[in-house]
Amino acid sequence: MAETGRLTAASVRAAPRLGSVTLLRIAIIATALLTWELLAASGWLYKDVVPSLIAIAKALFNLLTTRVMACQADIPMGPIHLRWELWMPEFYCHLGRTAREIGLAVLIGGGLGLLVGLVLGANRFLSRAFEPIVYYLGPTPKIIFFPLMIMWFGLGPGSKIAMGAISCFFPVALSAASGVRQIDQVLIRVGKSFRANAWQTTTKIYLPAMRAAIINGLRLGIGIALIGTLLAETKLSNFGIGSLIIQAYSLFDMPRMYATLIVLFVLAIGANTLISRLGHIDPIRSR
Amino acid sequence: MAANGNMTWQKHGPAIVGCAVIATAIAVIELLIRVDLISRFVMPMPSEIAVSFERVIVEENIPRRFLLTAGECFGAGILVTVIGISLGALLHRLPLLRQATETWVGALASAPTVLMYPLFMVIFGRNATTIIMMGFAAGLAPVILKTVEGLSGARRVLINVGRSFNLTERQLFWKILLPAALPTIFVGIRLGLIFALINVVGVEFLINFGGLGQLVAELAERYDLPGTYATICFVILISVLFFMAMEKAERWLRPGA
Repeated sequence: MAETGRLTAASVRAAPRLGSVTLLRIAIIATALLTWELLAASGWLYKDVVPSLIAIAKALFNLLTTRVMACQADIPMGPIHLRWELWMPEFYCHLGRTAREIGLAVLIGGGLGLLVGLVLGANRFLSRAFEPIVYYLGPTPKIIFFPLMIMWFGLGPGSKIAMGAISCFFPVALSAASGVRQIDQVLIRVGKSFRANAWQTTTKIYLPAMRAAIINGLRLGIGIALIGTLLAETKLSNFGIGSLIIQAYSLFDMPRMYATLIVLFVLAIGANTLISRLGHIDPIRSR
Repeated sequence: MAANGNMTWQKHGPAIVGCAVIATAIAVIELLIRVDLISRFVMPMPSEIAVSFERVIVEENIPRRFLLTAGECFGAGILVTVIGISLGALLHRLPLLRQATETWVGALASAPTVLMYPLFMVIFGRNATTIIMMGFAAGLAPVILKTVEGLSGARRVLINVGRSFNLTERQLFWKILLPAALPTIFVGIRLGLIFALINVVGVEFLINFGGLGQLVAELAERYDLPGTYATICFVILISVLFFMAMEKAERWLRPGA
């Protein structure tokens, strides 16, 4: 009871602090919005580079609701070719295409990364032979591979998926390799004493014990795959969110560009936070 | 003798195997292209790429382009370091502000800031300023976060020693907090500079302006395949060397890490 009493007192003391933090946040946001609006109205910067908040809100509304079109999706499944058509605002068609590209990129790049990471983490010799290559290639700017991806996979979604997959591969592989090395040896010995085969050891011991490392790797991988895919779309594509951004730039439709960037940032940060919560990872400290 | 050989193999064996596998892969690709199993219009022969290195370095003026990219990285690095450390110190000094904004800075670190390059082009134009500002935007968050982490992690005993010497707040920061936090801050600077380098080269490629990134785009547009591959190899080499140098510097600053 005394313990509970102390805890309650502490939380009561902490309550006004939380209130002041919220107030400060509101004040910062309000100041930023007010400054923006003043800049837009004053014309100190080039007209239209800083459009008014109302114009951006209107563009955001239009982006999410208007220009209804038929979105087609094709999925070849062997001899059967699934095709459907959905009528929806143009933005969601582009979002759907980008999401599909990123999803496939994560599936391919993340899957390969996980496999390579498991092998490198479990085998010391292979790790010393090949992990430095993966480690040092990881931070190179992947977008420069895009011309090669175009040659190999064409101008369509293939080259964008490949860009995302290359970007996603490295963080997942490195994270998985480090995750395998951090597994408690006792767990592996328990598996051996139960005569678990390689498949059982991987699925019953390695993967559950590496959950946090895999999720952290996937979190980083998805973030980088998103950047890789979208950058490829901005460079050469007529479909997807990246192409929407570059279209808005070409037409100098600044409110629409801001609106697209806002939606994109909200989605990216939201996905990152969601995956971090799934793995109980602090997104601030784990970069 | 056998034990000695075994020791040498254990020490250098993995590196030798790694290099041998890469060399074999290159040889196999060369062979597959020569027998037309891989189209030479998609992938040039590795021997052609090796030959084109000299041509690219001389004809495309790689040293000048390298200096241009390095200069942009340097500009972004200076901005990231000065502004990132200042903002980090400010957040450390004002705990309420830190509580209110640290999650935002974390969110900024995970946001795809590089996609704002069309916006930066509108604001700054298609020039080096856009590239430097993109590098700066990408590298800022880790420097702020690591500066806050480093300053907050300074040992209490060191701060108490400073207070017992009646140091002013300014002296306490410059003489005790900053030196104690320097190794952690450097981790942030290293991450920030790597993000800046990635973005600088990436934006050069995307907006077709500047140094090495532009060269990749330009050679690809000219369909000079050996040249494109050689330049990509060159960019990879530069970024790997840069990454290794940053790691060495970090190890020097954090010998125990």
